[in-house]
Amino acid sequence: MNYELNLSHLQELEAESIHIIREVAAEFENPVMLYSIGKDSSVMVRLAEKAFAPGKVPFPLMHIDSKWKFREMIEFRDRYAKEHGWNLIVESNMEAFNAGVGPFTHGSKVHTDLMKTKALLDALNKYKFDAAFGGARRDEEKSRAKERIFSFRDQFNQWDPKNQRPELWDIYNSRVHKGESIRVFPLSNWTELDIWQYIRLENIPIVPLYFAKERPCVEIDGNLIMADDDRLPKELVPKIHNRMVRFRTLGCWPLTGAVESNATTIEEIVEEMMTTTKSERTTRVIDFDQEASMEQKKREGYF
Amino acid sequence: MEDKKLDIKAYLDADEKKDLLRLLTAGSVDDGKSTLIGRLLFDSKKLYEDQLQALERDSRRVGNAGAGQIDYALLLDGLKAEREEGITIDVAYRYFSTNQRKFIIADTPGHEQYTRNMITGGSTANLAIILVDARTGVITQTRRHTFLVSLLGIKHIVLAVNKMDLVNFSEEVFTKIKNEYLALTSQLGIEDVTCFPLSALEGDNVVEKSPRTPWFQGTSLLQFLETVPIDRDRNMQDFRFPVQYVLRPNLDFRGFCGKVASGVIRKGDEVVALPSMKKSRVKNIVTYEGELSYAFCPQSICITLEDEIDISRGEMIVRPDNLPNIGRYFQTMLVWMDEEPMDRGKQFFLKHNTNTTRATIDEVCYRVDVNTMEQLPGTDFKLNEIGCVRITTAKTIFFDAYKQNKATGAFILIDPITNNTSAVGMIIRPLEMDDINKADVPTLDLKKLGIGEEHYEAIEKAMKDLARQGLEIVIRRPSPTPNPSSPKWEVGNI
Repeated sequence: MNYELNLSHLQELEAESIHIIREVAAEFENPVMLYSIGKDSSVMVRLAEKAFAPGKVPFPLMHIDSKWKFREMIEFRDRYAKEHGWNLIVESNMEAFNAGVGPFTHGSKVHTDLMKTKALLDALNKYKFDAAFGGARRDEEKSRAKERIFSFRDQFNQWDPKNQRPELWDIYNSRVHKGESIRVFPLSNWTELDIWQYIRLENIPIVPLYFAKERPCVEIDGNLIMADDDRLPKELVPKIHNRMVRFRTLGCWPLTGAVESNATTIEEIVEEMMTTTKSERTTRVIDFDQEASMEQKKREGYF
Repeated sequence: MEDKKLDIKAYLDADEKKDLLRLLTAGSVDDGKSTLIGRLLFDSKKLYEDQLQALERDSRRVGNAGAGQIDYALLLDGLKAEREEGITIDVAYRYFSTNQRKFIIADTPGHEQYTRNMITGGSTANLAIILVDARTGVITQTRRHTFLVSLLGIKHIVLAVNKMDLVNFSEEVFTKIKNEYLALTSQLGIEDVTCFPLSALEGDNVVEKSPRTPWFQGTSLLQFLETVPIDRDRNMQDFRFPVQYVLRPNLDFRGFCGKVASGVIRKGDEVVALPSMKKSRVKNIVTYEGELSYAFCPQSICITLEDEIDISRGEMIVRPDNLPNIGRYFQTMLVWMDEEPMDRGKQFFLKHNTNTTRATIDEVCYRVDVNTMEQLPGTDFKLNEIGCVRITTAKTIFFDAYKQNKATGAFILIDPITNNTSAVGMIIRPLEMDDINKADVPTLDLKKLGIGEEHYEAIEKAMKDLARQGLEIVIRRPSPTPNPSSPKWEVGNI
């Protein structure tokens, strides 16, 4: 009897990710999977479901809600978690929110620092998680290209790119002292195309914002921003026009630029991606705050 | 419009079937390594335009290339600290694909003090590209990189003789370097070596064959990378299944999850659990999608057995007629990765597959001069030093020689105080000292100690916590469901 003993690249990546996810469940006391509701998170969540089938995933899902996410994201999050039996934790920096912090009034840097980074760090401390999964990929951004799969964080949740633990074969060092933690990136070796391909093959549900539709948009500093709720500054309201757009990444609605597109299927999205001239993070306003800004944010504890 | 949709679908269907080649590049800052990778990425048309725009901006500010030229190296050096120093300080991973294959490049620096990064980047590589400058040929650093590649057991080597434009694409220069290099690799026992004359800066023989080297008979580098066969590199002979996670969603299901480290397993195959030596048969191979009739490395699967056998994380399922070495003593190559030098008085944590145990370095047999490959008298290793040592573990481990089986021959040593990964090892052979096996492993006989059964579960849980710390304690207790006719005693080895 002849056996097919080759794996395709996607099957190999899937096996690698499942191995990483199980390793964390086995070696840490209190892991959590961070969920951004984006396409990468959706793949990561499916991989976790696969890793423990036919059982339940032994750790919770946590969403850091900046309170400025697209409404469709929140609806999708709640529905998915319910339908798939996930224990969902939602945390926000309510102090800053109640003080009125937002991207329009405080700018993207202050908003991100308080509503995303600080909210995340507070939540990690609150639950004393010793490992947190993130859906980041190495092909997304230059500083991520150098990060380990098990990325050590000190007691202040800081990443030190010059002092990373050597990481060999598939043997991961999960030892930490009290207060320290590991960020784990099971999708490290996936590319954007791999993610789309996997979503297509596995029929993984994703937020409809990824598909093109007529949406009310306004142009701010060269970015097409969708007016998702009534917090858009009043002076911008008259400038709203309906445009056929979709989103390549999802984040806070005032900070995530839409792209004009007619792609309504995954095949069309991939086709657009293959012929497009912009890489996916260009629609993220925060990457352009300052030079080497993602690395800076990572050092401070943001993903 | 319909046609177009079919096209992209056909593209995705073909893309889905591509395999994955992981490659390591090694060379110094001056060999044009980053330029070569930039060229592979650029010319395989996977660079997005806006990344190029950012590049042009950065080039004007800190670029090392001449005026008006794109510095491909800037694409790769992501970290701020490195840009300032003008060198790549760590491993960077890059991704590209062609119509044939997907590629992951681990880009590592060539400086001596960063040997550990090359070891890190190369551990999962199928193939290594070693760069030399055509003007200088094989230098000390080339020997060092080649030694490290052979130590890691990377099966395929490409020697990229770069900067051929600076030696007028001379066949004589290329042949001289090639012969010198082949002499080196045959000495190290590396079989598959292919040499290319390149100019990464000008693109010769990188993606397309260059008209400037009509004497060169081979293909372009990229064509070679797209076609080199890697499917026979994995060990498909020796089935090894280190149990990673035990899945018990309900009382009727006990699944052993893990990644097949090597070999193939079929439904119905006879297996044995180590170290208990209890036999059973594979009842099912369970995945999210459903059952599989067989599985092979490196698939992540879940196995159920016909019989109720207690197997924990760190134990191993194998075939009864093909066992690994079972023991606590072995001789191994060791690469020291820590700023803090080796301390033989220390008890390290040794992580091997899914098994963690305490371990000591008993003896340094010799140290290797990575430049000359000479064996030097054994002394404690410092950062980036490599040599041969003898190790004793507190728990029994199930291993093979790294040369036969990477997945079960590799381990890491973790410092118990700093938690750093202090060293990494490639096992050479077991040592014959196992006669006093387990004499020094403490044993708790729960019945003898007069401990009530209601406490057994709590004690087992505490022992499991200790096992996570790498401390092995054997518990002796009566079986939880004793058979009245013949009281069965179970020796739990956690």
